[in-house]
Amino acid sequence: MIEAVGLTKRYGAKTAVYNLSFQVRPGVVTGFLGPNGSGKSTTMRMILGLDTPTSGHVTIGGHPFRRLPNAPRQVGALLDAKAVHGGRSARNHLLSLAQLAGIPARRVDEVLGVVGLQDVAKRRSKGFSLGMGQRLGIAAALLGDPQVLLFDEPVNGLDPEGILWVRNLMKKLASEGRTVFVSSHLMSEMALTADHLIVIGRGQLLSDMPVKQFISANSADFARVRTPEGEPALRDKLSGVLVEAGGRVLSEPDGALRVTGLPLPRISDLAHGADVRLWELSPHQASLEEAYMRLTQGAVDYRSTDDKLAHLQAPPQPGQPGYGMPPGPSAPADAPQQGWYAPPPPGQNPYAAPQPPAAPAAPAPAAAPRPSLQKKPSDTTEDAR
Amino acid sequence: MTAPTPTPTPAPPYGYVSPIPVRRAHLGDALASEWTKIRSVRSTVWTLGTMVLLMLVIGLGVGAVAASEGGGMSEDSALPLGFFGMLPASICVITLGVLTISSEYGTGMIRTTLTACPSRSRVLTAKAIVFFLLVFTVTLVVAFGVATAQVAMVDAAEPTGAEWARATVGAAGFMALLGLLSMAVGALVRHSAGAITVMIGVLLLPLVAALFMFSPALKGLQEALFTYSVPSQLISLYSARPPFGDSGPAGWETLLILAGATAVGLGGAFALLNKRDV
Repeated sequence: MIEAVGLTKRYGAKTAVYNLSFQVRPGVVTGFLGPNGSGKSTTMRMILGLDTPTSGHVTIGGHPFRRLPNAPRQVGALLDAKAVHGGRSARNHLLSLAQLAGIPARRVDEVLGVVGLQDVAKRRSKGFSLGMGQRLGIAAALLGDPQVLLFDEPVNGLDPEGILWVRNLMKKLASEGRTVFVSSHLMSEMALTADHLIVIGRGQLLSDMPVKQFISANSADFARVRTPEGEPALRDKLSGVLVEAGGRVLSEPDGALRVTGLPLPRISDLAHGADVRLWELSPHQASLEEAYMRLTQGAVDYRSTDDKLAHLQAPPQPGQPGYGMPPGPSAPADAPQQGWYAPPPPGQNPYAAPQPPAAPAAPAPAAAPRPSLQKKPSDTTEDAR
Repeated sequence: MTAPTPTPTPAPPYGYVSPIPVRRAHLGDALASEWTKIRSVRSTVWTLGTMVLLMLVIGLGVGAVAASEGGGMSEDSALPLGFFGMLPASICVITLGVLTISSEYGTGMIRTTLTACPSRSRVLTAKAIVFFLLVFTVTLVVAFGVATAQVAMVDAAEPTGAEWARATVGAAGFMALLGLLSMAVGALVRHSAGAITVMIGVLLLPLVAALFMFSPALKGLQEALFTYSVPSQLISLYSARPPFGDSGPAGWETLLILAGATAVGLGGAFALLNKRDV
């Protein structure tokens, strides 16, 4: 059981973690998600007593880590796979840690077997690949056979077989009643591994709930409706009817409509009533990845922009309507394509528009992700291409 | 914060109990761990090997030169000749002392170490003890061997027991303390190159600076720098009387001065290690 209360960490003027409170329970894998630089590793270091929080506190089993009796037998951690002395062999590295924690030396060979490094145990870890380094780090975490396990980005650099192995290992460890806390920036990985999710962005808590609930709260179902090609009038007619009936309609570049707020049968009925034939009417559900992107998009620190190479491109041909040009005056807005996010579901969704308390030194609060704002300049250029 | 309390998972077995017997780790465990660490990296072998080589080659070379010159030093024993090998050897000890701790910072290993042992003082204490004993033992053995050879080679006064003690135990203690001071600086600076530079500066700069103090106004400072620079202290260690003028430390006093400086350095290292984020 890990419990953080009002955890805050400032480095000079930069607030890395602000007022973070959460609990990590035993028996389940808890995923710790956030974009790069959102404060995941800082939080992990504070849990392990390596960094002292500016304010707030975090305890493991009721004690701060540095006052935990037999800490290495209760908590194991993989913080950074490269945090080993490269000149030392894998076995000696683990042996020194085992001795430090008062763990019998035969346990070293055991964990080397568990992570599959027994054949390279005598080799200096400098020559290890990233995946082997991760395995060595996991071995160090498992050394004390602890009750609480922390893994910071454990699947980085692992091959698919290794990722599967880590995934099953996490689940197995949790099923034994241990507390497993895994950080990642890969939502897709967490969707398969974690039972519970804690999402942070810019050092603040965005969400703390079971994965299933996270998906339903943050994803939005929509229907894709396609009217016969070459008959834009039908398309406009249908979108008008749907909007009238209370639906929200967005246009996709290939001419399809993306409808939210109306159940499929109702769309079908409306189309029938308006005498519009349909070529497609299909349900779609946003994935966990999309839900996560939508949740954190206001809290991303490092965002890339398009490499436009504008000065190298030939000027656009005039009089040639581009792909995705508005078909008519009443055309519905284009659905953002690049990095699009499903529109927020109807009704309240407290997570769609996180309004964190303004931290004194924290950057501006995350902007509420509204579909209209999601249409970035890059989308337009992509559409016009 | 505003998250709805998640539905409690259906009664997980609270906690996990390891079949491996749990016992409290203590300083002895940390000592074993630090011994494993220091013997399993090549930098230890390289620096200590170089140190032994320098002491042997220079010590025996100086002994041979002094022997060929013939009994020019009939009043003194041959033991102070050991100084010539000790000075370059001290650079190796400084390097090893710094690397013992700063390599952990450089590689990030310190975070792994302090996760395995939250008592930071215990880790630093164990490091200091292991390092001190290792350097002391190696220097003692080599210094004794070189001194024996020098006494046998050079036609000089027979050294007394006190002189023997200063040239072997004293010299080994001096080197080990100097290494410990380097370790403290390494823990304070947390950067290998930076800490080694600082220590080489401490070793050589006072003497070099004093060489160029021609102004009479700086006479006092010049003398103090000459007397208390590390190489002069090492020379003083070998002699019973102050070798530079009438004042200044001699013999075991130099060891006390260095021990004091090391204690201050280590005190700072302990305080900062416990306070700082790693």
